[in-house]
Amino acid sequence: MKNASIGSYILRRLLQTIPVILGVVVVNFLLLQLAPGDLATVIAGEAGGATPEYIAELRARFGQDQPLFVQLLNYMGNLLTFDLGYSFRQSAPVLDLLLDRLGPTLLLMGTTLVVSLSLGILLGLLAALWVKTWKDHLISVTAVLLYATPLFWVGLMLVLVFAVKLDWFPTSGMENVVAFHEGWDRVWDIAHHLILPTVTLSVFYLALYARLMRASMLEQRGLDYVTTARAKGLTDAQITRRHVFRNALLPVVTMAGVQTGSLLGGSVVVEAVFAWPGLGQLAYQSLFARDYNLLLGIFFLSAILVVVVNLVVDIIYVILDPRIRLG
Amino acid sequence: MTDAVLDIRDLHVALPAWSDRRHAVKGVSLTVNPREILCIVGESGSGKSMMGKAVMGLLPAPHVHADRGQILFEGRDLLTLGAEAMRAIRGGRIAMIFQEPMTALNPLMPVGRQIDEVLEVHTDLDAPARAARVRALIEDVHLPDPDRMMRSYPHQLSGGQRQRIVIAMALALEPALIIADEPTTALDVTTQAQILHLIKELQRKHGTSVLFITHDFGVVAEIADRVAVMRQGEVVEKGPASEVLVTPQHTYTQALVAAVPGLNPRNRPAEVTPPLLEIRNLVRTYRLGGGLFSRGAREVKAVQSVSLSIPKGSSLALVGESGSGKTTMAKCVIGLERPDSGDILLDGKPMTGIGRAQMRAFRRDVQMVFQDPFASLNPRQKVGEIIAMGPVIWGTPRAQALEEARELLRLVGLQPEAADRYPHEFSGGQRQRIGIARALAVKPKLVVADEPVSALDVSVQKQVLELLDDLRKQFGLSMLFITHDLRVAATVCEEIAILQRGVIVEQGSTAEIFANPQHAYTQSLLDAVPGRDWISSLPAA
Repeated sequence: MKNASIGSYILRRLLQTIPVILGVVVVNFLLLQLAPGDLATVIAGEAGGATPEYIAELRARFGQDQPLFVQLLNYMGNLLTFDLGYSFRQSAPVLDLLLDRLGPTLLLMGTTLVVSLSLGILLGLLAALWVKTWKDHLISVTAVLLYATPLFWVGLMLVLVFAVKLDWFPTSGMENVVAFHEGWDRVWDIAHHLILPTVTLSVFYLALYARLMRASMLEQRGLDYVTTARAKGLTDAQITRRHVFRNALLPVVTMAGVQTGSLLGGSVVVEAVFAWPGLGQLAYQSLFARDYNLLLGIFFLSAILVVVVNLVVDIIYVILDPRIRLG
Repeated sequence: MTDAVLDIRDLHVALPAWSDRRHAVKGVSLTVNPREILCIVGESGSGKSMMGKAVMGLLPAPHVHADRGQILFEGRDLLTLGAEAMRAIRGGRIAMIFQEPMTALNPLMPVGRQIDEVLEVHTDLDAPARAARVRALIEDVHLPDPDRMMRSYPHQLSGGQRQRIVIAMALALEPALIIADEPTTALDVTTQAQILHLIKELQRKHGTSVLFITHDFGVVAEIADRVAVMRQGEVVEKGPASEVLVTPQHTYTQALVAAVPGLNPRNRPAEVTPPLLEIRNLVRTYRLGGGLFSRGAREVKAVQSVSLSIPKGSSLALVGESGSGKTTMAKCVIGLERPDSGDILLDGKPMTGIGRAQMRAFRRDVQMVFQDPFASLNPRQKVGEIIAMGPVIWGTPRAQALEEARELLRLVGLQPEAADRYPHEFSGGQRQRIGIARALAVKPKLVVADEPVSALDVSVQKQVLELLDDLRKQFGLSMLFITHDLRVAATVCEEIAILQRGVIVEQGSTAEIFANPQHAYTQSLLDAVPGRDWISSLPAA
């Protein structure tokens, strides 16, 4: 029965995402219209100037001469058939470009999520267990420092120290393209390239989760059910493992869901610093090239990504917390 | 006595240096004999809970610790025992039942597993044997459908059911001693009676000794073999229950006994006045889980066609247990909740079916005194400002409103200087007085009091009830008094309406209902009053 209700819960939540994604599409489209300049002026500018007639011709070719709402309806109609348009800049369909870049971004986001959550929870747990000792202070102060350090600076410093000075890691890219590795060699190569970007993107979230986990643990430890557990004769380790840990985890899971969106934002910076061939880097390039079709496609995909991750978090939450009503 | 189960000798529990007194428990010596229920009675702050925690080794170390005396249990001094040995005793030989069944269980773990943990920690039984024992324990505390119960989570159970689970947990290993720290204070009257009955039944069946901590002499009369009365960390009187209850020696004990609300109903005032508040066929139904894409929302009929009237200057008690719809009624009367149908009239004018702006006119006439004196006052506002805020909104100049606030504080029995302090500096009873002053500040016609004394100790309860009564006479107020406790209702109200599952099952003058209850539910509420026989035997005050 519980499985059936989880199934209908997921279905209901999926239905609820449709208006959200529609809203995101419309708002994105309108926002981009507000931005000054368009592809035609950029191309004209790069060509070192062009006649007004040529610019008008370019606009007509891109469909930009039509009224705004017609453009919007066209765009939404195309979306229904998964036609995200054509990137005139990159001379390729937007969908192909996105699918090409989605893998690296998902890889970076996924490892970051796993690293920051697991290490953050572990450090928060340890700090709470060692509360008010020098070990706790060490973890807490480090967390505050990491929390306050800008992402790009961390990235640049890591490159400077570990890639340039020590030469332990590559400075940029996702794999050694001239080595033509195959099989496990390629996996190791990508993992090697992945370390610095992941560390850079993780530190902030790691610090955030560690602080939250510590506070949550300390709060839970003062609650009545913990006294009950002590009165049963459980050891401190048993109390922490069986009772406090899972309760303390709930706010961290909530926070992780909320932060996924900003994780995507952070990956734009990190991908730019490490030349990681992901969506963030593509977004960065297309923004400056006024490649709006591509940019809209990236926004669309990001919105879907965030919605999906939130759905996953909510499902995890239902599994963790029996008090959430599915009905 | 050497054969005592528990022998506490000259126990001192030291408080941290920054607290207002040195010791929470000062030189207490007590014994609990085999198969005996010893009640420790005292108000909050008397050190009675600290005693219980000291025995369990659950004092909030390192700030609070026992610094002198002995706690002898089965021939060993618990205060000198190591952590490992103490753990073997906790849950095994001494078990504890807590006050708050709502928070005493882990919300994320099935209750069967929580009982099972005790067995897992203390015995070598394998899983099937433990499951059988858990099932037997759940049956022992008379919970229905043990197999389903074992898999339930705490939020799926009522307060009384959770307390039964906690009791099952305490009984798991047939401990020699159970410490029960106000185990029924958070429960409804009828649930309280059932739980008290259960504790007594199981205590007899298993031959366990019980150290029972409470503030209510009614409960003592119900359950105790012997009584020890504590005040400010010291035992002021101890002896067999039959003696202490009937001929209390110490003045403090006498005061506590006198504070237990009697069962002497008030009489209806001779003059008949027109009704101030009239409620006609009020209906309020909650629809749960009604989302944009969900079907099959669940309906809860909180109030089903209730009619009431309160004459001017009179007071009516709405008595019911949790879930009876009494708080929904109160919310409808103060306009926080819109009834689905039915009329509420104040002074003949309809309060229902009108707009926001028209509703505002009534806000001043109807004021509320809330249940929780700790949560209902803004902690960042000074008391004077809390009280003056209402009049200022209604146009009284600020200086004058603050002056009136001081006067009101004096009226509710506080110093006028209290106006310059913050709520956290006051005790629960004092805060409830502030809450009353706040309600009176806008000179309402009707006061809705939602369980105003259920969070307070019995002795403080009495003072607050007397205050409400005085003010009512002085201001000519009408009052809708909501409570689950018939004793309290009898003390302050001329009329009583008994509410059960959203329906009024009986209504009439307090005297009539007490003399001759018609409905079976009313009868069960009356029977559930703790220490009923003892209270009736007391000479009327």
